Amino acid sequence: MRDLTLAMRHRSDVLTTVFFFIIVVSLFPLGVGPEAALLREMAAGVVWVAALLASMLSLTRLFADDYNDGTLEQLLMVPQPLPLIVLGKVLAHWIISGLPLVLMSPLLGLQFGLEGDELIMLMVTLLIGTPVLSLLGAIGAALTLGLRGGGVLVSLLVLPLYIPVLIFGAGAVTASAAGMGADGHLSLMGAILLLALVLAPWASAAALRISVE
Amino acid sequence: MSEWFAMGGHGFYIWGSYIVSALFMIVEVILVVRRRRSLVQRLGRMIRMKDSEVSG
Amino acid sequence: MFNLFKYSSPASFYPLAGRLAVGFGIASAILLVIGLYMSFFVAPTDYKQGEGYRIMFIHVPAAWMSMWIYVVMACFAAAGMIWNTRLSSMMASSLAPTGAMFTFLALWTGALWGKPMWGAWWVWDARLTSELILLFLYVGFMALESAIDDPRRAARASGLLALVGVVNVPIIYYSVEWWNTLHQGSSIKVVKGGVETSMSEIMVWTLLVMTFACWFYAIAVSLTRVRCTILERESGTSWVKELVQGGKS
Repeated sequence: MRDLTLAMRHRSDVLTTVFFFIIVVSLFPLGVGPEAALLREMAAGVVWVAALLASMLSLTRLFADDYNDGTLEQLLMVPQPLPLIVLGKVLAHWIISGLPLVLMSPLLGLQFGLEGDELIMLMVTLLIGTPVLSLLGAIGAALTLGLRGGGVLVSLLVLPLYIPVLIFGAGAVTASAAGMGADGHLSLMGAILLLALVLAPWASAAALRISVE
Repeated sequence: MSEWFAMGGHGFYIWGSYIVSALFMIVEVILVVRRRRSLVQRLGRMIRMKDSEVSG
Repeated sequence: MFNLFKYSSPASFYPLAGRLAVGFGIASAILLVIGLYMSFFVAPTDYKQGEGYRIMFIHVPAAWMSMWIYVVMACFAAAGMIWNTRLSSMMASSLAPTGAMFTFLALWTGALWGKPMWGAWWVWDARLTSELILLFLYVGFMALESAIDDPRRAARASGLLALVGVVNVPIIYYSVEWWNTLHQGSSIKVVKGGVETSMSEIMVWTLLVMTFACWFYAIAVSLTRVRCTILERESGTSWVKELVQGGKS
């Protein structure tokens, strides 16, 4: 919860993430051309990839600030289980960078010509998917704590793990847009989210211990 | 002979696969063997230098 | 494979690895010659795919190796983390480049097989995508290890990554059963999972020979690579000094 208060003080971070998201998504129609049918097809994928990239921007800071000022080492010695602490940080990260993206997505979907149902599906898939990104990203951030490669290295590590989520998330939107059910996609994503909720904090905690000791 | 080589029209794909694979595997072997040899040489030189420093 | 505890010190493992590497290398070369001969001259023309299917004899072993090496690598990494044995972590690191190579070859030969047979170099189906993810995992493993200076932290961090990613391997393997994938052959039916049963016996044997050839190759190369790592890390010790000065290799 402390992270939330810290984040509120750094309100600019939230805005940076959101603006990056908006800009990336807006770049695509400029680059690809205004043909409506093409844009509608691309919409889900573009929004999803942009959400991914925007969310990854803030991942390195997930643990770095605490690492730099020494609080991380103290946190490791606290009686509360480390995975729980990680979960708290991940939640804060998601509220700061994931949730705003979810809320913004309908507006951006409109830009691409998506309709009501599709917009809702887009929001839902992002709602399930962005926490997964925060959870998996925590593992990457913990492993690369204090390293030179920084953000690029984290992306390299996390993106392979995240590809299935991207495929199912974007796929759900296109499937429902085409009239086919997205239930399969959604249930798979839900399963991934549950798995990530259980396993990722634990793995991140292990990674933190490795990085700090 | 050239008929066999053409592999029923699939020659490009088959040879493309096998030759690239062979290339990668041969290169990998060469790299690893060379690495070991140069390591042994380099370490040998370093140790001889240190020894001559000490005794010289 | 061998008594781990007796040879868990780099000093005693080094010469053993050398002998094993030569042995497996020779075995691999022999099997490769036999296997290639069988692939091209003994295995019959497939009635559905003609000659094109012969890519299978390098594609399938490469794919199997890509998955198998990853599992073995993850096991060594886990062993290194649990029992704090440096040699285990060194073995894991030595396996990674070879595993990555086989993954790349699996994807490459798969594309070359897929284009004439199914009309596409690449599709985003479950098996191909997860194999691609495997390649990224290998690369990430190697990148993470080289980015960390402290060998112990490097081994443990990359080991954790390898273990997190190991869940991908069963996905690759079972993806053709769980999902409707092109890899199983939707328009032109060459059932991948049924390849063991519906193939002629000669094809099975050829496949096995090539697989063992690749496996022994991987062992020989990884053992040689780990010998390099041992030399680098242990360069200050007396046994290395003797070894290097003695002119022996």
